Amino acid sequence: MTVMRRGTVLTFGALAATSAMMLVGCGAPSTSGATGTTVEPVSQADIDKALDTPTTIEFWSWVPDIQNQIDMFEDLHPNITVKLSNQGGATAQYQKLRAATKSGDVPDVVQIEYSFLPSFVLTDSVLDLRPYGVADLSDQFVDSAWTSVAMNDGVWGLPQDLGPTGQLYRTDIFEKAGVEVPDTWDEYAEAAQKIKDETGAYISDLPGNSFSPILALLWQNGARPFQFDGDKTVTIDLESEKVTDVIDYWDNLIQRDLVDTAPQLDDNWYQSVASGKYASWLAAAWGPTFLQGTAADTAGLWQASPMPQWDASAPASGNQGGSAVAVTSDSDAKIVAAEFVKFLTTDQKSTGSLATEQFIFPSLKATLDSSEVRDQELDFYNGQKVNGVFADISETVAADWQWLPYNDFASSSFKETLGAAITEKGDLRAALEEWKTELVEYGESQGFTVVTE
Amino acid sequence: MSTTALGRRTRRDKRRRNAAAYLFIAPFMLLFATMLLLPLFYAGYLSLFTEQLIGGASFAWFDNYARALTDERFIGGVVRMCLFLVIQVPIMLLLALLFALALDSMRVRGGKFARLAIFVPYAVPGVVATLMWGYLYGDNFGPIAQFMRAIGFGSPDLLGAENILGSIVNIVTWQFVGYNMVIMYSAMRSIPGDQYEAARIDGAGQFRIAWSIKIPAIRSSIVLCTIFSVIGAFQLFSEPKLLYEVAPNAIGSSFSPNLYAYNLAFTNQEVNYSAAVAFLLGIVIMVVSYVFQLSTARREKKGARA
Repeated sequence: MTVMRRGTVLTFGALAATSAMMLVGCGAPSTSGATGTTVEPVSQADIDKALDTPTTIEFWSWVPDIQNQIDMFEDLHPNITVKLSNQGGATAQYQKLRAATKSGDVPDVVQIEYSFLPSFVLTDSVLDLRPYGVADLSDQFVDSAWTSVAMNDGVWGLPQDLGPTGQLYRTDIFEKAGVEVPDTWDEYAEAAQKIKDETGAYISDLPGNSFSPILALLWQNGARPFQFDGDKTVTIDLESEKVTDVIDYWDNLIQRDLVDTAPQLDDNWYQSVASGKYASWLAAAWGPTFLQGTAADTAGLWQASPMPQWDASAPASGNQGGSAVAVTSDSDAKIVAAEFVKFLTTDQKSTGSLATEQFIFPSLKATLDSSEVRDQELDFYNGQKVNGVFADISETVAADWQWLPYNDFASSSFKETLGAAITEKGDLRAALEEWKTELVEYGESQGFTVVTE
Repeated sequence: MSTTALGRRTRRDKRRRNAAAYLFIAPFMLLFATMLLLPLFYAGYLSLFTEQLIGGASFAWFDNYARALTDERFIGGVVRMCLFLVIQVPIMLLLALLFALALDSMRVRGGKFARLAIFVPYAVPGVVATLMWGYLYGDNFGPIAQFMRAIGFGSPDLLGAENILGSIVNIVTWQFVGYNMVIMYSAMRSIPGDQYEAARIDGAGQFRIAWSIKIPAIRSSIVLCTIFSVIGAFQLFSEPKLLYEVAPNAIGSSFSPNLYAYNLAFTNQEVNYSAAVAFLLGIVIMVVSYVFQLSTARREKKGARA
C-alpha cells in the first residue's frame, strides 16, 4: 500500500511538474525568431547532407490530396519523411499555429494565405528563406504572388496558388435579358437593371460575410487601404476616392435591389447559384472548378470573362485568396523544410499536377503558361479554356497591394461593420467609417503607429 | 486476544481503509489539479498582464479587469445573456415540467416512446444540432422559409440580427428540454404512492395532485434544473459560434461573453484580456447562482415556518 501510495504521489508530482513546465513553455515569449538582415547562404553541400540524413518533417496544409505531391518529394529523397496534417482549414490552422509557436513545438512547413502572412512575419513565426536559395526565384512567379511573400527585407514563403478575380456568367440568363457581357462597370449597372427587369434574377451577389470580394474590387480600382512598413507603422486609408467610388457604386446597386447581399459560399448561396438566382459571380481563379461541383446541373451554361473595368483601356483586377507555403522559425529541420517548399512550389511536375489534378490555380509562370494548364478545356464551360482567361487576368493584377499585420481582427471587424451593413442593405459609408475606427483603435492598442490618410 | 491488540488492529484497519480511500480519490484529484486548478491559476496569472503585438508583455495589475468593466462588448454580452436567461430558462423548464407531469400521469399513450422522443435531442451533439438548425433556418431554401412562403407569408429572416436571439433560444430549448424532463420525471417516480392514495381519498383530481403533491415534492429537482440552466445560459458558446458561420453579421464576435473571450484570445490575440473577461464571467455566474440559491433557501425556510 505504502509503496503504491508513494508511486501515486510521485506520478502526481511528475505530472504536475510537467504541466507546470508546459505552462511555462506556453508563457515564455518565443525569442528564436529569425530576423535581421545579415544573410548567410546555406551551401549546396549542407543541403545535400541534410537531404541524405533520415529526417521527418511535419507539414500543415488544407489542400485536398496534397499527399500526391508529398509522395513525389519522398520518391526523390528517400531519407525524408513528410508527415501531413490537416488542421481543419485556414482559420483553425492559424489559431493552432499561434499556440504551437508559443509552446515552441511547431510544424516545419505550413500553408498560409497571403493575407495572413504579414501577421506571422510580425511575430517572427516564419523563416526568411533568402539563405536557402530562393531570392533568385522572383521572376518565376506571377508578380502579385511574389510581392505577397517578399516584403520587409525578406522572403517569408513561396507562392503556391493565386486567386485573380474574373467573372463567371450564365449565358442563358444574359441571352434572355438580351444583354452582352459587360466590359465596364457602367455597362454592368445597365445590364443589372435589364436582367432584373427581364428575368427577375440578380446580376450577382456582393457578400458581407467575407471581405475578400469587396477588397478585390478596391484593389482593381487602385485603392490601397492597408500598408505596413514592417516595423511598427501601419497606414489605413479607407477614405480616398478610390475606395469611396467603389463603395458608392455598389451601394447604388444594392439600394436599387439589383444586387443581392446574401452571405457567400454557404449552403444557401450554393442553392441560389444552382437555381439561377444570380446571373454571374465575380469569382477568383479557383471559382470555375468550384462551381462545377456545386452547380453541376447547370453544366454548359457558364462562361468565364474578365471583370468589368473602370477604364477599359487599362484592364485591372484584384486577387481573392491565394496562399504561400512557409517554413516556421522554430523548425528543427529548416534546410529540409525549405527544400520541400521549393519542390512544392517550383517543381514542374509537382505544380503541374496540383494545377491539372487538384485544380489549384498556379502562381508559377512556367506552369501557368504550360499548354496543359492554359489550354485545358472544361466541358462545364462549353469547352472554354477557362484557365487561359484567368491566366491573362493574373497579369493585370497590380503587385503593390499590402495586408494589415492584424488580418484576423480586420476580417472579423469587417463582418460587424461594413459587412453587416452590406448584408442588411444599410448605410455603407457610415459602416466604412466604423470599420476604419475599429482598425485604428485596435492598431493603436496593440502598439502600432497608425497613420490615416 | 488482548484489547490493545484489538485496538491496534482496528487502527491499522482504519489506516488501511483511509489509504484505500485516498487511492480511490487520487485519480480525480490528479485530474482536478492538472486540468482545472493549474489552468485556473495560470489564467488568473495571465490576466494580470497586458501584451501588445508591438512592445511585448508587461505587468498591469488589474487594468484588464477595469477595462472589461467598461467594455461595451462584454457588458452587452452579459446583458444579452441575462435576457436570454429570462426568456429561455422559464420556457424550457415549464415545458419540461409539463412533459414530466403528462408522462407521470400515465394517461399518455406510448409514454415510453414519447419520453424517448423528447429526450433524443439531448443525445444529438450540440454541434450537429446547431448545424441542422442553421440549415432549417435558411431564408432561401430552409424548410421553414419554404413553408411560410407556401402559405403566403414572406420568408422570415430567422438568421437576421433581430431574430437571432430567438432562434438560439429555440435551439437550446429543443436540445435541453428532454434532459430537464427526465430529471423531473424521475423525481416524480420516487414520490411514495400513499400520498396519492391519501389525496384521492380527499377527493383531489389529477390537476390538484400535480399542483399540491407532485410539484412541491420535486421542488429540489426543479431548483437543481434551474441552477444548471442558468449556468448553461451564461456559458452559451457553441450555438453562436457555429451560427456565426452562416450569419456572421447578425452574431458578431461578442454575442455571448464566452464567445467574446474566445475571439479575444484567438482572433484579436489578446490572451491576457481574454483571461480577465473569462474570470469576470465566472464571478458573474457564481454571484447569480448564489443569489438564486439563497433566495430559494430563504423561501423554503419561510414556507416551513408558515
